[in-house]
Amino acid sequence: MVNENLVKDVVKEPYKYGFVTDIETEKIEKGLNEDVIKLISQKKEEPKFLLDFRLKAFKKWQKMKEPDWAALGYKKIDYQNIIYYSAPKQKEKISSLDEVDPKLLETFDKLGIPLTEQKKLTNVAVDAVFDSVSIATTFREELAEHGVIFCSISEAVKNHADLIEKYLGTVVPASDNYFAALNSAVFSDGSFVYIPKGVTCPMDLSSYFRINSGDSGQFERTLIIAEESSSVSYLEGCTAPMFDTNTLHAAVVELIALDDASIKYSTVQNWYAGDEEGIGGIFNFVTKRGKCLGKRSKISWSQVETGSAITWKYPSCLLLGEESVGEFYSVALTNNLQQADTGTKMIHIGPKTKSTIVSKGISAGNSKNSYRGLVKMGTKATGSRNYSQCDSMLIGDQASANTFPYIKSQQPNSEIEHEASTCRISEDQLFYLQSRGIEFEEAVSMMVSGFCRDVFNQLPMEFAAEADKLLALKLEGSVG
Amino acid sequence: MQSKMKESDPILEVENLSASTDNLPILKGVSLTVYPGEIHAIMGRNGCGKSTLSKIIAGHPSYNITNGDIKFLGENINSLEPEERSQSGIFLGFQYPIEIPGVSNLEFLRVSTNARRKFLNKEELDTFDFEELVKEKLEIVKMDHAFLSRSVNQGFSGGEKKRNEILQMALLEPKIAILDETDSGLDIDALRIVASGIKKISNAQTGIILITHYQRLLDEIKPNYVHVMSDGQIIKTGESDLALELEEKGYEWTDNFIKET
Repeated sequence: MVNENLVKDVVKEPYKYGFVTDIETEKIEKGLNEDVIKLISQKKEEPKFLLDFRLKAFKKWQKMKEPDWAALGYKKIDYQNIIYYSAPKQKEKISSLDEVDPKLLETFDKLGIPLTEQKKLTNVAVDAVFDSVSIATTFREELAEHGVIFCSISEAVKNHADLIEKYLGTVVPASDNYFAALNSAVFSDGSFVYIPKGVTCPMDLSSYFRINSGDSGQFERTLIIAEESSSVSYLEGCTAPMFDTNTLHAAVVELIALDDASIKYSTVQNWYAGDEEGIGGIFNFVTKRGKCLGKRSKISWSQVETGSAITWKYPSCLLLGEESVGEFYSVALTNNLQQADTGTKMIHIGPKTKSTIVSKGISAGNSKNSYRGLVKMGTKATGSRNYSQCDSMLIGDQASANTFPYIKSQQPNSEIEHEASTCRISEDQLFYLQSRGIEFEEAVSMMVSGFCRDVFNQLPMEFAAEADKLLALKLEGSVG
Repeated sequence: MQSKMKESDPILEVENLSASTDNLPILKGVSLTVYPGEIHAIMGRNGCGKSTLSKIIAGHPSYNITNGDIKFLGENINSLEPEERSQSGIFLGFQYPIEIPGVSNLEFLRVSTNARRKFLNKEELDTFDFEELVKEKLEIVKMDHAFLSRSVNQGFSGGEKKRNEILQMALLEPKIAILDETDSGLDIDALRIVASGIKKISNAQTGIILITHYQRLLDEIKPNYVHVMSDGQIIKTGESDLALELEEKGYEWTDNFIKET
């Protein structure tokens, strides 16, 4: 009923980041076995402890079963039909950005992430990851002056092996789940951040993940350590070309915050979502978890999930330290035949811990969007508190939204509060805005960003504007 | 019918308009012409088609025009989108203004005002300039600045919603304003504020259509013409004293007109 003709007439904005960079790559054979893992480790010149870590994870993975509890439907993944290592061919050792293949720089330029000295973003340090490897990290010297380490995880393995050995797999153990085990076995690159004691990171740090090959999976690994009384804000962005096959993205992110430290981790995920018939798109099966290890430590996740054929992720917080704080702010938008099953786990272990969950799900087209969250109060979590708010917005009459809150409390002296709501953009609301001169599409996106306001307020400024635009773009032509 | 000599062209011409929703006829041949400077009142029982007429003029997508034309400044607007009608100067004051959670009133007013300004080839206003403009207009409806930072109409009282409508009218400076029961649910003081607001905004170049059940609004804003609607038609048109007569005799009196016609 709602302006059907207009909606049909609206020219759909194609996925802007769907191009493929034509570059010579070094790929290994498809398939996964011990030799492949050894080969990856060898290519990366890794120390023995890491190879052992990988092989142990692989053994565990082989014994595990792909989980099927999520409200998702997809064709079985053939893990032997994936390339586990793919890297653009480059000179052996790159000492400066000038030696990076111009095609790669151009690719990131096109994505709005200029890396060269003249053009790089002035207020954000960027680690750019292309398929399996990190190709450049900006502002390294400036950050080093503050003692901040920001580099690819491969480099960290070489230069800061002690930190890697101490922390890798301590938040998300290899045996945690099927995809975490797979990642632990084959991860190729990702970002590493270390903020020393007492340091407030002088600028935002960000990683930009780009999948370029259609037949290789991306398995990145991110590790962020914030020492006592330090703080950092970290941003993550992702895009991929349009292929008619599904690409697997199984990342693991681990955050560790010590006493009085705070980590803010923001994601704008815009992987290719597949076309209107649901052909192609990224399978985004990601394990993200933070450990509030110290007293009064704080980990805050904010995410805007707009892409991927399937999103399956639950950025979580383990609240160990007394008075530690966990936050999760999420906007998940699905359109066409996209599926999202996302939420968080707040595990209250220490006393007086506090968590906040604000989730906004928007489903349009024939998509499915589920919030799934666990709030758990352990026996020692006296005086702990959780507040959860889960709102769903439906656009059109074919989309579906679900909320699955799981609440487990072993501590009577704690509080858990859960609120949920579902709404629909009504024809009357649209007509009201239109009758005030506001174009149909703009009216929809105004209402959607109004709906998401609580979450957008949590995003770093430039990210919030970006997210707003992205949602508007994704929704074009979806109302009818 | 209207014998007075008209010096200028009409703003709005509704010609023999019939319309339906879900195949149910609602309007059955309505004709109405509004010239600059004129105030028209439309009265009639609930369900007679008054509100529908106003929504159709504003372009509500739920209604289909089955016959007749709507002309605005001489141009047929039957197929224009609601936003195009608004931008070109048609304003509908809602009987039940809609709540839009999460969208700030200030931002809504600014985007709306700029859409109209763009159409008029006027410079669009940034947040600061708009603040200045809106401050001035708030005076007209005696609204507090705090209204601007709330979500559109959300949690507003009935009177506040109606004043917010008049604030929008003041910002958009329409050529024609159709005010659908703007007086309903208002106490005497609020009614005076709203009525004096409408008078301040309108001038010799604008037209106004007041849809109302009550004489008390027409005491404040004296109409040039009063139309009585029944079952999707205008069954009688007179001058302002018709409203008084109607108030006295009730709609039952008008039932006879149907028989006459």
